[in-house]
Amino acid sequence: MATQSKKEGMLRELTPRPLPQGNPYKPMAATVVETIQETGNIKTIRVVIDDPEQMANFKYEPGQVGQLSVFGAGESTFVINSPPSMKDYLQFSVMQAGEVTSTIHRLSAGDKVGVRAPLGNFFPYEDWKGKNIFFVGGGIGMAPIRTIMLHILERKKDYGKVSLLYGAKSPSDMAFSYELQGWLDNPDLDCHLCIDNPAEGWQHKVGLIPNVLTEIGPKPDNCVAVLCGPPIMIKFTLQALEKLGFQHENIVTTLEKRMKCGIGICGRCNIGSHYVCIDGPVFTLKQLNGLPPEL
Amino acid sequence: MSITRFVKPEGLPAFLAHLSKDARVLAPVVKPADKRSVVFEPWKEGKEFTLEKATVPAKAAVLPQCETLVSYRKVKDKANPQNVTLELDDTPQAETTVVFAARPCDARGYVTLDRPYLKGPIADPYYKARREKLTVITLTCNSGCNTCFCHWVGGGPSSPEGSDILMTELSDGYILQGITPKGDALLEGSGLDDGADRFKEMEDVRKAAWATLVKAPNLKDAPAKVAAKFTDVDFWTRETDRCLSCGACTYFCPTCYCFNITDEGEATSEKGGRRLRTWDNCMSPLFTREASGHNTRMEKALRMRNRVSHKFSTYPENWGTFSCNGCGRCISNCPVSLDIRQIVLDAINADKAAK
Ligand SMILES: Cc1cc2nc3c(=O)[nH]c(=O)nc-3n(C[C@H](O)[C@H](O)[C@H](O)COP(=O)(O)OP(=O)(O)OC[C@H]3O[C@@H](n4cnc5c(N)ncnc54)[C@H](O)[C@@H]3O)c2cc1C
Ligand code: SF4
Ligand code: SF4
Ligand code: FES
Repeated sequence: MATQSKKEGMLRELTPRPLPQGNPYKPMAATVVETIQETGNIKTIRVVIDDPEQMANFKYEPGQVGQLSVFGAGESTFVINSPPSMKDYLQFSVMQAGEVTSTIHRLSAGDKVGVRAPLGNFFPYEDWKGKNIFFVGGGIGMAPIRTIMLHILERKKDYGKVSLLYGAKSPSDMAFSYELQGWLDNPDLDCHLCIDNPAEGWQHKVGLIPNVLTEIGPKPDNCVAVLCGPPIMIKFTLQALEKLGFQHENIVTTLEKRMKCGIGICGRCNIGSHYVCIDGPVFTLKQLNGLPPEL
Repeated sequence: MSITRFVKPEGLPAFLAHLSKDARVLAPVVKPADKRSVVFEPWKEGKEFTLEKATVPAKAAVLPQCETLVSYRKVKDKANPQNVTLELDDTPQAETTVVFAARPCDARGYVTLDRPYLKGPIADPYYKARREKLTVITLTCNSGCNTCFCHWVGGGPSSPEGSDILMTELSDGYILQGITPKGDALLEGSGLDDGADRFKEMEDVRKAAWATLVKAPNLKDAPAKVAAKFTDVDFWTRETDRCLSCGACTYFCPTCYCFNITDEGEATSEKGGRRLRTWDNCMSPLFTREASGHNTRMEKALRMRNRVSHKFSTYPENWGTFSCNGCGRCISNCPVSLDIRQIVLDAINADKAAK
């Protein structure tokens, strides 16, 4: 594994992680092999790196991100939401937001894209061994949860009880809908789904994620809570987790900031002295408490 | 003792001509325009130059205002037009360059940029290529001015940091002193007269320059004190009151290094396009605006907080030294004369004032 930790100079130590090979600004040419319209505004893009050797040697850890680019439109940051064991393609699920994401939404199989990856840190799953894990994903926040959850389920014997609470506005806003039944049926996963308001035919929970979480009431002992979603959901879910008694070092989340270089240089994504692109995107609440309040 | 050479003022053009045989020489040139300014430009035989401190530092020698990172185009296989490949070219544009007559604050600027660009998790290949081909000849300052404050932040009028050669004005010419092996080699091959007999005079002139500076306040606590002000938004609002968010302070700064990456030109064509890197500016509200409209630095006070914190608290936290070199350009070029020194001093003295 091409890893890199502390280098002469920087006073802060970074966790070793896979890094892009060669020129970090040069995207790997890649081809879209499949697209899936997940919801009205989320589309999944599966890509294969054109150079077979690069594709075969491409290594990443769950939670690491990539800069996906459509040449002419630009680049944007997305988590690689396929688990690292998936060797056939890299998967990105993209919510339409602005210029680049709209262009990505127009892609179809055979189109050429660029990928700069892997960037950022990853979920510290080694530290979670022997523990119960409670995943909470809201909306497009299910993308990072998907990669780490599938990674954990592949090595379930090392972990305790694994639970998921996945919420979206309505049934039609749920990305990965074709996988949900499998998750519900998986004996290794305690899976809960919820939507904001009642809907016809919906047989799962109804309510906002923080409330549903409180109702499920996971026990904080020996348990790590991992949550990703829109800022408002994060805010109230953190409050719910605190009420349930979760310690800050056992609450893990991912941050979003505008990114350009992805390697700690361009100055775009800083929170105080830290950069989301190299110190994150994965942080524990305890780590976030130590940063200036600028989210 | 280091290698020294001496040159009379009238010998300088020949020295530049000698340098430009093997390199692009960037020298300070006067631009009359509406507002007279001094900028670094490639020197050619016969071109007028000045030894004044430049209005704009020679940061572009390592970090051009705009550069191509990757050019891209589609290539169709002639025999099988269905077969399309993407051609990407990422060769850095790096020319052997000598910056002539930088000032010590600007030379230290290169060292400030070297840390994030070369010593972070991944070195920047474009910067590295240019930096390795750069030689810096610095003219030491014989006096300070009312906006500069290099000696507050670890520098000084003859600080050698970042320079390959230090050049000092004596009564009848200039002494050049090799600082790095690269500088020594350049001087040895220069054909200039030996300057060893002027060494003592050089030291005296440099000492006299120090004596012109006003006493520096102690900034040892600045990183902690500026960080402690982070949540005091009223403080930043007061300090930023006059700011127009024009960004001049960042564009003139030898140590501001934020950039943007954008694409120009379609890739669907065989003509292709380029992915560009351009200087960016944290004083602009667009800098942190996300697609959702969410913006952590909507107010100019919060943007100023970021600029000042980066120079005096967060860069020091990461690299152990200030990223402001006290060149004073953000002060002299600010349309409303905002003064970064005052903001830092106010942060340092805030608890005293409160008592
Ligand atoms: C670590 C990380 C992981 C992410 N993972 C995903 C994911 O898996 N799926 C997903 O749909 N979205 C994800 N995002 C958000 C996604 O990057 C933005 O929605 C996207 O960049 C918007 O780009 P745009 O060009 O369409 O919008 P525009 O508004 O046109 O953006 C212009 C530029 O701003 C930047 N930008 C704008 N908003 C954001 C933002 N919220 N975050 C980062 N950069 C932004 C982009 O770099 C873009 O080049 C992630 C962001 C980060 C930082
Ligand atoms: S130069 Fe002055 S007015 Fe312009 S952004 Fe900087 S501080 Fe504000
Ligand atoms: S912050 Fe101002 S004084 Fe400091 S190096 Fe930059 S331009 Fe010069
Ligand atoms: S994206 Fe450039 S510093 Fe983080």
